[in-house]
Amino acid sequence: MPSPQTAKTQAREPLFHITKRVLVPRFTGLKVRLIAIVLAMAVCALLTTILTGENPLSIFQSIFSGSFGTVRKTWSTIRDVAILLIISVAVTPAFRMRFWNVGGDGQALAGCLAAAACMITLRDVMPSWAIMICMTVASIAAGALWGFLPAFFKAKWGTNETLFTLMMNYIATQLVAFFCVVWENPKGSGQIGIINQRTQIGWLPVIGESKYHLFSIIVAVVVCLAMYFYLNYHKHGFELTVVGESERTAHYVGIKVDRVIMRTMLLSGAVCGLTGLLLVGSVNHTLTTTLVDGRGFTAVMVAWLAHFNPLWMVLTSFLLVLLDRGASEIATNFALNESFSDILTGVILFFIIGSEFFIRYEIHFRHHPGKEAAEHV
Amino acid sequence: MDNNTVAVRLEHITKRFGAVIANNDVTMEIRRGEILAILGENGSGKTTLMNMISGIYFPDEGKVYVNGKEVSIRSPRDAIDMGIGMIHQHFKLVDVLTAAENIVLGLPGKLNLKQAAKRIREICDAYGFDVDPNQKIYTMSVSQKQTVEIIKVLYRGADILILDEPTAVLTPQEADKLFAVLRNMRRDGKAIVIITHKLAEVQAISDRVVTLRRGEYVGEEQTSRVTPQEMTDMMVGHKVQLNIERPDPVSPKPRIEVKNLTVVSGDGVVQLDHVSFTANSGEILGVAGISGSGQKELLEAIAGLQAATEGSITYIDDDGTREELIGKDPLEIADMGVALSFVPEDRLGMGLVGDMGLTDNMMLRSYRQGAGPFTDRSAPRQVAQNVVEELEVKTPSLETPVRRLSGGNVQKVLVGREITSAPKVLLTAYAVRGLDINASYTIYDLINRQKAQGVAVIYVGEDLDVLLALSDRILVLCGGKVSGIVPGRGADKQQVGLMMTQMGGDAHAQPADGEDTGA
Repeated sequence: MPSPQTAKTQAREPLFHITKRVLVPRFTGLKVRLIAIVLAMAVCALLTTILTGENPLSIFQSIFSGSFGTVRKTWSTIRDVAILLIISVAVTPAFRMRFWNVGGDGQALAGCLAAAACMITLRDVMPSWAIMICMTVASIAAGALWGFLPAFFKAKWGTNETLFTLMMNYIATQLVAFFCVVWENPKGSGQIGIINQRTQIGWLPVIGESKYHLFSIIVAVVVCLAMYFYLNYHKHGFELTVVGESERTAHYVGIKVDRVIMRTMLLSGAVCGLTGLLLVGSVNHTLTTTLVDGRGFTAVMVAWLAHFNPLWMVLTSFLLVLLDRGASEIATNFALNESFSDILTGVILFFIIGSEFFIRYEIHFRHHPGKEAAEHV
Repeated sequence: MDNNTVAVRLEHITKRFGAVIANNDVTMEIRRGEILAILGENGSGKTTLMNMISGIYFPDEGKVYVNGKEVSIRSPRDAIDMGIGMIHQHFKLVDVLTAAENIVLGLPGKLNLKQAAKRIREICDAYGFDVDPNQKIYTMSVSQKQTVEIIKVLYRGADILILDEPTAVLTPQEADKLFAVLRNMRRDGKAIVIITHKLAEVQAISDRVVTLRRGEYVGEEQTSRVTPQEMTDMMVGHKVQLNIERPDPVSPKPRIEVKNLTVVSGDGVVQLDHVSFTANSGEILGVAGISGSGQKELLEAIAGLQAATEGSITYIDDDGTREELIGKDPLEIADMGVALSFVPEDRLGMGLVGDMGLTDNMMLRSYRQGAGPFTDRSAPRQVAQNVVEELEVKTPSLETPVRRLSGGNVQKVLVGREITSAPKVLLTAYAVRGLDINASYTIYDLINRQKAQGVAVIYVGEDLDVLLALSDRILVLCGGKVSGIVPGRGADKQQVGLMMTQMGGDAHAQPADGEDTGA
């Protein structure tokens, strides 16, 4: 038996172990993300060259020209960023509260439906400006209702908000599908087409040329800034952050958690509804079930990548729009299947999301295995 | 046949968590055909030590021998391969599966539930368990779940069983049944370890008792040869002279009157049972008790965070007006001047927001002030600055998330904020948990200053020496009941220790909760 004085564990230390970083150095985050993007680009280039034989650089050129190839493309890229930004900003208060609102799509679509309903049913009874007010109120209210229902059930009976908000999406889609048939134009088409194309009743104001979509862009900027101040400087923003961090602490300092959950989701849904108003009243002037196009889900990613800071979301929503547009440009330019662009988007997102792991955690490798083993011999 | 051969031997085991030493140089043996009790106060390192045998932690230093061979137990799987099974306080079962399914879960080989059920019945018959292999877990009582946990480790071939406070969740009748089963297993030559702080239990079931104190091995003895008094002495140690000031209370007046307070938790467990006492202004009322004796519920009930089932809590103002606190919400109670600083085990679980900086954490109490819709951070920043200076909080900046501060500094922030609100009643629990000596003394000093200003302080503590040195009176809780209230000056540590483990503290009195004290 070895003498007790030298007793030391003969543990075989595992090859590596993972610890959570207590303090993330300022530059680590930046460095890791940059490496991730570079790696993602490299893998994309490699993949494209192997599968298509194309020059990898031309791929990146396509991504760029897909978004900024022409003036029109540039403006519609900016418009897409604006729409994605506003819906991302909308889901953010819920996420800060750790309320997993994946119903941004449904809440926005409810707003779309309300706006379209006003444009169609009121066009013969009111002047255009009054209809616009009705549209605004109705779409915001509809989005808020869609957000409020899951919050109410969560606050009162502890239902699962993820499932609830998700299912609210389907209800919204089905409702829109139903009304598309009710209001179909021309008859028998099952589609609504452009609403009030000739009279332009209920079309939201155009600033400058219509192709610039300045109205939506300005609304997005205003909402983004307002949300930033609401979350960081408003008493409500403070309360919902506390609820998200620790319900027990919130309870402890006398915050009424139920009320905060419902209030926050009313707001979240309302801003989603506002997105719906822009989509129908300003961008598309029509109503289809795919009008929101999954942006409610993309918004989750935008918000998450920006660590729920509305100002950073300008960047992250831009990145996601760029990827999306670039990928479809690649598919057209090289006569590739749409799926190929999905693969590229997938690769890039994999690296970007994966990099978060390396920012939050640190990997320690086993050091000097030989030396330590020698000590024990 | 292999009666009393050594099953596990620990030599010079040390385990540290950061700066905290959980176990220091522990050497002990676990023998076959014997029930060993590991006795110790909260935080004495009992569970940590056993977790190292069952593969959950790995010792920093020292050696583990199983059946005479040196081994390194790196995972619970390693442990079970060596025949070591641990039954934890919190059961690890899948609610929607049946007993049999839970028992075979994770085992290699083909799934054959029928055969498994047969073997489970054999185990049940052999030791006298009473469980239906096909019953779903969620329909089971706590005691049945525990039985499933025990069968689970037996099924995996364990012959060294470690039970972490097995009776904590059981009724006395269920505990008796468990003891009968444990005796059957002992007869079968298995090595059994129970971790406990209940003296009655040690006497009722164990053959040998090992005592730990502050992570160190204090001693061991055949159970039949020790009295409860001797065990308490080993557990709590001799009174340590601490240099904590205890100024005389200045004109104490009743401030909080608690009468017959009863709290029943959601799952029907009685947490507080007709507790009555008075807390006076300008006085520190210490609350002593083994952890989980109702301290948390008591403070939370006063602060309005815990619904009371029965009884009353009356707040008496300086001018003699009385107000009932039960039924008021936490905000109203806080506005009346009742401040609660509760340091939970995870430190940040209640009272602070880990991802927020000092300023925002100070603002938690005050953010409602001011008419406008926006928060004003200038006053909280000033408060944070004061707390940092007065309590010497070490932080890179006021905006550093408190999660990143060391435990002691986090506690100073919490206690500092509660004191800043100039309370009339200060409820504080485990305020010095995990703090070093200097930081602890800063906190004692703070509490004493509050007392001098006429605040009624209710101090829930873990360290008996500190409670005895700091408190004017000590309320001893035992299993949710008031075991007694003793004056702090001249209180006897052994006496208080006994009161914590047995109602009334009298070793010769009727056994508490109907447990068998005979030996």
